[in-house]
Amino acid sequence: MAVRPGAGRAGAGRRGPGSLRLVWVYPDLLSTYGDRGNLLVLKRRARLRGIEVESVEVNADEPVPRQGDIYLLGGGEDLPQILAARRLRDDGGLAAVANRGGVIFAVCAGYQLIGSEFGGAEGEPVAGLGIIDISSGRGDRRGVGEIIADVDPALGVPRLTGFENHQGVTRLGPGARPLAKVTVGVGNGDGTEGAYAGRVLGSYLHGPALARNPGLADLLLSWAAGPLPPLDGADEEWARQLREERLAAVTG
Amino acid sequence: MGKLPLRARLATTIGGAAGRVSRLTGRGDGSVIGGVLSLRLEPDLLRLLSAGRQVVLVTGTNGKTTTTRLITAALGALGQPVASNAFGANMEAGLTSALGQARGALFAVLEVDEAYMPAVLQATSARVVVLLNLSRDQMDRAAEIWMVARRWREALAAAPNCRVIANADDPLIVWAAAAAPRVTWVAAGQRWHEDSWCCPECGSHLRRDELGWRCGECTFRRPSARWVLEDSAVIDAVGNVRDLSLALPGRANRSNAVMALAVADFFGADVAQALPRLREVSSVAGRYTQVDRRGRRVRLLLAKNPAGWLEAFDVLAPGSSPVMLSVNAQVPDGRDTSWLWDVDYRVLRGRPVFVTGQRRLDLAVRLEADQVAFELADDIDDVVDRVPPGELDVVANYTAFQQIRAVVGRAS
Repeated sequence: MAVRPGAGRAGAGRRGPGSLRLVWVYPDLLSTYGDRGNLLVLKRRARLRGIEVESVEVNADEPVPRQGDIYLLGGGEDLPQILAARRLRDDGGLAAVANRGGVIFAVCAGYQLIGSEFGGAEGEPVAGLGIIDISSGRGDRRGVGEIIADVDPALGVPRLTGFENHQGVTRLGPGARPLAKVTVGVGNGDGTEGAYAGRVLGSYLHGPALARNPGLADLLLSWAAGPLPPLDGADEEWARQLREERLAAVTG
Repeated sequence: MGKLPLRARLATTIGGAAGRVSRLTGRGDGSVIGGVLSLRLEPDLLRLLSAGRQVVLVTGTNGKTTTTRLITAALGALGQPVASNAFGANMEAGLTSALGQARGALFAVLEVDEAYMPAVLQATSARVVVLLNLSRDQMDRAAEIWMVARRWREALAAAPNCRVIANADDPLIVWAAAAAPRVTWVAAGQRWHEDSWCCPECGSHLRRDELGWRCGECTFRRPSARWVLEDSAVIDAVGNVRDLSLALPGRANRSNAVMALAVADFFGADVAQALPRLREVSSVAGRYTQVDRRGRRVRLLLAKNPAGWLEAFDVLAPGSSPVMLSVNAQVPDGRDTSWLWDVDYRVLRGRPVFVTGQRRLDLAVRLEADQVAFELADDIDDVVDRVPPGELDVVANYTAFQQIRAVVGRAS
């Protein structure tokens, strides 16, 4: 069923029908390289459907608001990642969001820290938030470069194209499913890339992952706002060309 | 400067000859190939060539080449020859080559790559280290900047005879420099805040107000500065206020100029004599050059990372003159274009904007998200043909800049 522009799921009704509240968590600690892109892409694609969008940027010395619809976590260096994990554990807000079925999209360092543990500056295990059943450690070498991965067909999202830059190796527990299968690149390190469980989704595609993957952006929006009408072709054209160019450049 | 040992002399001579061959055959400016050859013959050459000189190292993410040029100009007030790697070859080979070519120069002003600074500091026993700024840059191949700051901190703590001249407005720079025994703080400003929202000491959120920045939780705060950039004027260490009136455009270059004056002052130069020399610098290694192209005044701005783009937007011609943006993603540029999303393009609204370069589609998607109207173009001449006679500002990253410069001519 196509949703009328302006209609939203019941949960968003507190701020009027068809509005979304996006929360960017700790841009002061977790915003290494273009992470703002995911926020901008979500905003644009929501607004093109007539959905009102409000966005909040929450710094590490502020409480994480509990009433958002989509929460974004970006990448970060080792020390900021450890600090962010500690502060988010103490705050408890993100875990509460996950429990009530809020949408969380985390990339790179953010992806690792929503799991049960990750590797610190010297590779030592650091406790994560444990809101998705994954566990990360430090691999032998950095995975840096373009990545292509085919998304779990259950999600109905076209193949992912992005850039990864990390030294993490991530193992999925029985409570999480791989987001995608790696065609080019490293991802989780075992041939899979990213993970999802319920409405919590993480990926090693860093920075502005959603800019090249509007299908993934729409998946997150639909989790929060219900089914989305398709966009006008002209509004998709640049992203389509960019995807095509990147996929061709990487697969040769 | 003592006499060089025989092997070092031989290495310098052979490297210099190779550099000349490289220049004559049009392969490059020769400084890297010459230096590489020399170092193969005498690995200790950088230390030997630095002995007995007053060496100044200039490092940071943005402004290294320009500041090196400005310091060289300012030290001219002392009437001494200055050795310098003026064209940005900033690793060991380029430094060795610059020193080898100016054996008699008492002063050496050397731009140094951020990652190499600790090793170069040790080899040269530098008298002064200038720390400009630290921000995200080419993260697919460079170290994370907190790690860079940590390495600087350790290196400077181990160099007791070195004077550090550092930007007090950049928290990560302050953290790196604070371990040094002797620091001259310069309030050189910082427009780019996205890499310094949290305290390098404890990780808490940094607060900023008109007095500067301070940590909300620990004692880490902006040190008080001896030199201050105040709008377009410099306030020197004894309180004299002088208008900078540089030929180079933009706030970032005024900041670089104040750093240069602080260095010149340290070596005993009179600020009143050094400043006019800074004003004569109008282009640096092709940057800021204005060239005429079919009746359009084309100005080339090199900007390699988000902080650099922010500074470049600051110097665009006023009004609604056209702008060309060009982005490549070769190895020297960084293969990852994610950083394009860290730049705020909304200041370009209302100007005709043209996007070129290998990664122009990345720019297209980015500008669309900021609701900035733009057109795709093939290259500089395509844009020149599509804009009316008058100003055209070009902002390009590294290899894109080199390509454009090759087309419009290597104006000096």
